[in-house]
Amino acid sequence: MKLAKLIAFLRNRLKPVVRICAAVLLLLIVGDLFLVDKASAHTDTERLPAFWALFGLIGCVLIIILSKWYGQAGILRREDYYEAPSTREPED
Amino acid sequence: MSNGFWLHPALILLLGSLVLFLVPARLKKGYLLLVPLLVFVRILTLAKGTFGSVSFLDWGLIFGRVDELSLVFGYIMALMCLLSTLYGMHVKDNAQHAAAWTYAAGSLGAIYAGDFITLFLFLELMAFSSVFLVWFRGRPESLGAGYRYLLVHVFGGLALLGGMVLHCKAQGTWAFGQLDVHHPTPAIYLILISFILNAAVPPLHAWLPDAYAEATFNGSVFLCAFTTKTAVYALCRGFAGMEILVPLGVIMALYGVVYAVLENDCRRLLAYHIISQVGFMVAGVGLGTHMAINGACAHAFAHILYKGLLFMGCGSVLYMTGQSKFTELGGLWQKMPWTFVFTLIGGLSISAFPLFSGFVSKSMIVAAGFEEHKLWAGFLLMLASVGTFLHTGLKVPYFIWFGKNRPKPEVWARAAEPPGNMLAAMTLTSFLCIFIGCYTPYLYKMLPFPEEALQYQPYTAYHVSETLQVLLFTALGFFWLIKKIQPEALISLDWDWFYRMAGRGFLWLARKPIQLADTFVGELYRLAGLLPLMLTASLAGRFDNTMIDGLVDGLAETVRGLGRRLRLAQRAQMQQNLAFAFAVAALLIVAFILFINR
Repeated sequence: MKLAKLIAFLRNRLKPVVRICAAVLLLLIVGDLFLVDKASAHTDTERLPAFWALFGLIGCVLIIILSKWYGQAGILRREDYYEAPSTREPED
Repeated sequence: MSNGFWLHPALILLLGSLVLFLVPARLKKGYLLLVPLLVFVRILTLAKGTFGSVSFLDWGLIFGRVDELSLVFGYIMALMCLLSTLYGMHVKDNAQHAAAWTYAAGSLGAIYAGDFITLFLFLELMAFSSVFLVWFRGRPESLGAGYRYLLVHVFGGLALLGGMVLHCKAQGTWAFGQLDVHHPTPAIYLILISFILNAAVPPLHAWLPDAYAEATFNGSVFLCAFTTKTAVYALCRGFAGMEILVPLGVIMALYGVVYAVLENDCRRLLAYHIISQVGFMVAGVGLGTHMAINGACAHAFAHILYKGLLFMGCGSVLYMTGQSKFTELGGLWQKMPWTFVFTLIGGLSISAFPLFSGFVSKSMIVAAGFEEHKLWAGFLLMLASVGTFLHTGLKVPYFIWFGKNRPKPEVWARAAEPPGNMLAAMTLTSFLCIFIGCYTPYLYKMLPFPEEALQYQPYTAYHVSETLQVLLFTALGFFWLIKKIQPEALISLDWDWFYRMAGRGFLWLARKPIQLADTFVGELYRLAGLLPLMLTASLAGRFDNTMIDGLVDGLAETVRGLGRRLRLAQRAQMQQNLAFAFAVAALLIVAFILFINR
């Protein structure tokens, strides 16, 4: 169970872990702006500063919001939706 | 009749699953490993060429077309069969192993088939054997899901049958190769419908999450590998360059992602991500360039391993806790930390993290999209990658192993690491996921166009930076909006709603108006016709039995005795009758293959 201890160790030090993660994100942006050669990019759009970081963040937010909206438009139903009406529990 | 004996890898599995029932319990585990190992070794020793050609009636059947494309798919199917069998090795029910092996044999048979008839035969074998992996779970829901799975696949089978007969009539040959995708005929469209149904392209996809989430814990590990990827193989073989597959693949990739946001059951979520990932492969086939086909094959190879690993991880949680819903799980890192690590490796691989398998395969397809100037396809596939990491890399591990502790006390008490063989299977699969990601020539050398594949460089600074930015900023978005994606005990409606409701409507029709009319007519008939008829028939029967049959040859009595005996072979449950019928069919196929290879 040494692995569980390692996870517990990290969980108990959440603040430094979050800071390290934030530093990694920052480093990625710095790398994108100053270090990485963008010659092999397929389009000019990709050469915009931190394009893929924004793509990831906005894409993630869009996927969550649009999917939730889709779900609430009538796609999400109670778990016993497909059961015969006689065996369903009464509505809350 | 044939050109000499060629040991078909599928034959080893089929014979192995028959002999399995005779193997003593103490040798069972060794035997379970030996058979798939023999299949794998057989595939490693296959030489390229055409083998197992058979003239049957007027048809030329080819059981063994061994080329670059069939070799890479055969290799990964056999490897996955070995790993999946190891994962479920402790299961004592022989029938489960036999069904899984027959299913894998069907896949290998379809992959090495050189003609439509053989392909059809093995695809049907796959459908009819894999349904037992769903039924063996034994829940009432599994029973329904299994029947729906079977019905949908029977429809797919009929489409293929219709398409191939029309195609053969037009072309004069049963040979299965690249079809004329630029001038598609109705026959080609019918064949395409069958293949994309097996590949789970929306709206023909709902069977996949429906059945895979209801299968046994180890059955799903088999299921997630074979059906859809055999379909990808068939698409690569026949439909490379068919334009319509590009938008269909992109729709698949995004469709699976949207449903994964809504999903509360971890195995249904993984099933939706199969649709999403197969979307990449279907788009690759549609692009049709050497690089895209390489990408589709490489991604199928990598996908079989990491998706198997993910189903192994979630299957372990189901096996050990009895739960698969996020609303019933959480905080399991204390109880199942190694299962967490393995599932995370699967999640990082599917998300295409550098040094993991998805990174070296998925990027080939995206790059092929950009190179073909289909920029929309490239960007939308990248968006699907965002969704993949969001769910499989973050949502699954987070809500099972971290998040809020939701398990009930009895679930928490029984949660622990799974048995050694399950851990061993996950360790090996994890190793392969990382190995493929780190040492690219292993996979690239096996691809249909190896020279081009070996020239492809996934580890450029730009590509690594691009991927890390996309994925890590997705993680930022996940933790930012985590409150919005808390699991809810709800289900999402999908296209299966139509046939489920149609089925319900049919039942209502049968129960109410039709039954009412039937009862009325029946009662009328009984009173006015049946009673007097029975009386006269009884008198006539007695006269016939004793006087005519008794005096002449006793034929009627013999037939009745035979009927009584046959009735004993019947079982009470429909599935058992089907199992019996399928077993007889499997035996006939084995006998047929043995006979023609003589």
